[in-house]
Amino acid sequence: MNIQAMAQDVPVEGEHSVEGIDFITSGDQYLTFLLAEEQYAVDILCVEEIRSWEQPTKIPNAPSYIKGVINMRGIIVPIVDLRLKFSIGHANYLETTVVIVLTYQSEDRSRTIGFVVDAVSDVLNVEQADIKPAPAFGGCVGQQYIDGLINSENKVVTVLNVAHLQQVEKHRLQS
Amino acid sequence: MSVDLSQFIPSFLEESFEGLELMESGLLDLKPGDNETIHSIFRAAHSIKGGAGTFGFDSVTEFTHLVETLLDEMRDNRREVTSKDTEILLDSVDCMRLLIEAARDDEDYDHDKVSKTSARLSETLGEQQSTEGDSEIEHDDSKNGGSGYHIKFIPEHSLAKTGNDPIFLFSALAELGELTICANTEELPALMDIDAQELYLSWQLTLITEAEEAEIIEIFEWVEDECLLELEPITDISDEETSQNLAEDVNSDVNQSAGAPQSNNVANQEPLDSNEVAAVVENKNKETKGKAKADLGSIRVGVDKVDSLINLVGELVITQSMLSELGNDFDMSKVERLTSGLEQLLQNTKELQESVMRIRMLPISFAFNRFPRLVHDLAIKTGKEMELVISGEQTELDKTVMEQIGDPLVHLVRNAADHGIESKEVRLASGKPEKGTISLDAYHQGGNIVIEIKDDGAGINTKTVLDKAIDKGLIDANATLTDSQVYDLLFEPGFSTAAEVTDISGRGVGMDVVKRNIQSLGGRIQVESALGKGSTFKVNLPLTLAILDGQLVKVGTETYIIPLISIVESLQIDNTLINRVSGDMVLYRLRDDNVPVLPVYKMFHLETECTEIDKALLVVVEADGQKIGLMVDDLLAQQQVVIKSLNDNYQQVAGISGATILGDGSVAMILDIPGMIMMALEQAQKAQRLRTDGTSHIAEEVCL
Repeated sequence: MNIQAMAQDVPVEGEHSVEGIDFITSGDQYLTFLLAEEQYAVDILCVEEIRSWEQPTKIPNAPSYIKGVINMRGIIVPIVDLRLKFSIGHANYLETTVVIVLTYQSEDRSRTIGFVVDAVSDVLNVEQADIKPAPAFGGCVGQQYIDGLINSENKVVTVLNVAHLQQVEKHRLQS
Repeated sequence: MSVDLSQFIPSFLEESFEGLELMESGLLDLKPGDNETIHSIFRAAHSIKGGAGTFGFDSVTEFTHLVETLLDEMRDNRREVTSKDTEILLDSVDCMRLLIEAARDDEDYDHDKVSKTSARLSETLGEQQSTEGDSEIEHDDSKNGGSGYHIKFIPEHSLAKTGNDPIFLFSALAELGELTICANTEELPALMDIDAQELYLSWQLTLITEAEEAEIIEIFEWVEDECLLELEPITDISDEETSQNLAEDVNSDVNQSAGAPQSNNVANQEPLDSNEVAAVVENKNKETKGKAKADLGSIRVGVDKVDSLINLVGELVITQSMLSELGNDFDMSKVERLTSGLEQLLQNTKELQESVMRIRMLPISFAFNRFPRLVHDLAIKTGKEMELVISGEQTELDKTVMEQIGDPLVHLVRNAADHGIESKEVRLASGKPEKGTISLDAYHQGGNIVIEIKDDGAGINTKTVLDKAIDKGLIDANATLTDSQVYDLLFEPGFSTAAEVTDISGRGVGMDVVKRNIQSLGGRIQVESALGKGSTFKVNLPLTLAILDGQLVKVGTETYIIPLISIVESLQIDNTLINRVSGDMVLYRLRDDNVPVLPVYKMFHLETECTEIDKALLVVVEADGQKIGLMVDDLLAQQQVVIKSLNDNYQQVAGISGATILGDGSVAMILDIPGMIMMALEQAQKAQRLRTDGTSHIAEEVCL
């Protein structure tokens, strides 16, 4: 047997001969989801899991968009309704309503929070250069939450900043 | 081959600190002629010295050597054990701790203190050892540069088999000074005859150092039985030069014969240049530093605890396999076996939980250990005679609680020593034994642990306390207070009854901190005192912070958990006992007390059908001496719950101390009773402000 020939078949580091693997290397991947009719995207590496909607336990005196907390395999995870937070669409809880659980590792801590969205749609491969800055012309979603826009066929997808999404505002004590 | 020694440093440090504790407690008990104790102190010191030498903590090695010398004399009965020596040794233990900590953090230490203590040690040693030991002991002062040693090191062939590697010895030597090594390869057999595990080399070393002979021998301590070691001081420089020439000669020799044979040898024989050694040392220091900063904390667990855990896991696995087999082809005839299997699973899980919790439990002696020394020092400082009696030190307590209870206990013991115990004359005059007694006791009571700090001193003079409190404006001049209310004043910030401020206590910071710390652990503190007889401080703590006994209650659709420890009683509301007073404040008459009623649904803005007070149930809870009645819809089960933090993924929520997961997998909130009382007060104040501000602020109220 010709060992030399065999060795040539083995892919060297950085070279991807196996078909279908190469998409990993081209750009970042984003999970897109729907809020009303609009498309949004988050970095797929932050996605912990996608769950179906279940009624969470309420947190006393929390803002209305914080629906409460759920038990995810022994971890207490707060649930934020993105539709309420961004005032997009109606907060109807249907069978198709899903919760995207995101984990974001900042310097000193990692936080896991679930976000209620209407539906999960697709995974996009995007080069960093294809993410265009969003024009600052209003809209319900605060500028700090938006990383940019991606053109996907005829639609425009808003890329959300997970770090900012994860920030929890202090409660205001209601009287 | 190179073993990363630095990985052993954390365990060395841990062992050293344990050794220091052992030395300290041994020294405190030390009586003349008690050879057993001296031996154990000596052993502790010796292993610290050995370890420090291995890891290159030279400052520790040097200092400990002096301590060891002194102990050695005591051990051989060449020296009487006097209280003066014991004091010096105790101070030395402090210095050693300082040095080891400095070595751990790679920081500088208090040179002044160390050199003072080592001077005292040398002095003590010098009294006895005027002839021979001087040069060794006073090496600190007598640093004559340029001295050194020729070392002949001929190890036995089997040296490498015992896990010793000459390269570590050489790198330790190289830390002492400038090292020249030349290997003698004469005994090296032909390649075919070489046993790879044998060591065939011997070495001639030249060390230019200011270190003393003992330090060098120290390095070879672990191999001294397996080698021939000759040490010869360098007499003059020219001699040294020739030896260096010689070294070079042999070196070239080595290089010539270098080729096959040595590389097979286990012993590493690359010539060590000091740069390389320096790099190794630097590297090691860096790593230690990183490790010390990121102290993950470790606990020592008894093997029995781990064994029982393994047994339980074994049982759990058996139960699991039984259940999964049952599930493979299940029909209704097997229901009975399923139920019994599930029961077994429940049992296993419970036992497993208890076992795991037990691992976190440590005997309270860990917290009590420091007190003998503390009381000993306090006795000297205050000039009073006192002794400490410790009992119940085997009582177990959660590690987290233990770590946080240490400081409050120190405060309480100091107070007992400073304020409690009277001076000798006063004690004799009042017919008490000359020596005061402070006792520390720990025991379990229900689900709690109680720690008692008792002294047979003067007791608390309620009148003095009252006068002081009135003086400070803490209470009204003509208020009448019960004794226990008076004792509570001691925990007010800025309160001190000591006639004069000493450096031990009396500044009035402390007791309020003590109370706060204990409360933050979910515990409470009680004071009992009899004038002239002494006082007792009782600290009541929950056994663990991770699990609490809770009462499940229902409000609307939500389930909440009230910690059982704070519940006074639960009752059905009797309409005739409800009073509405001072403008719609609802009070409930509970025997003699009037308890304000707080509807939970209102505080948490929940929807419930149970808004009428007479349909609801009242759970009377107490925190900070304030009773309130929480109005809930229904009482559910009582159960133990595992506390989960909301803070991990969310944030602190007012009135909620955490969450837990119930049997059905849903999340329930645990009520924070002191927090709820605060919340209710704030809400009431806000409402009152709004009322007094008049109607113009109604808009604001709507916003809020």
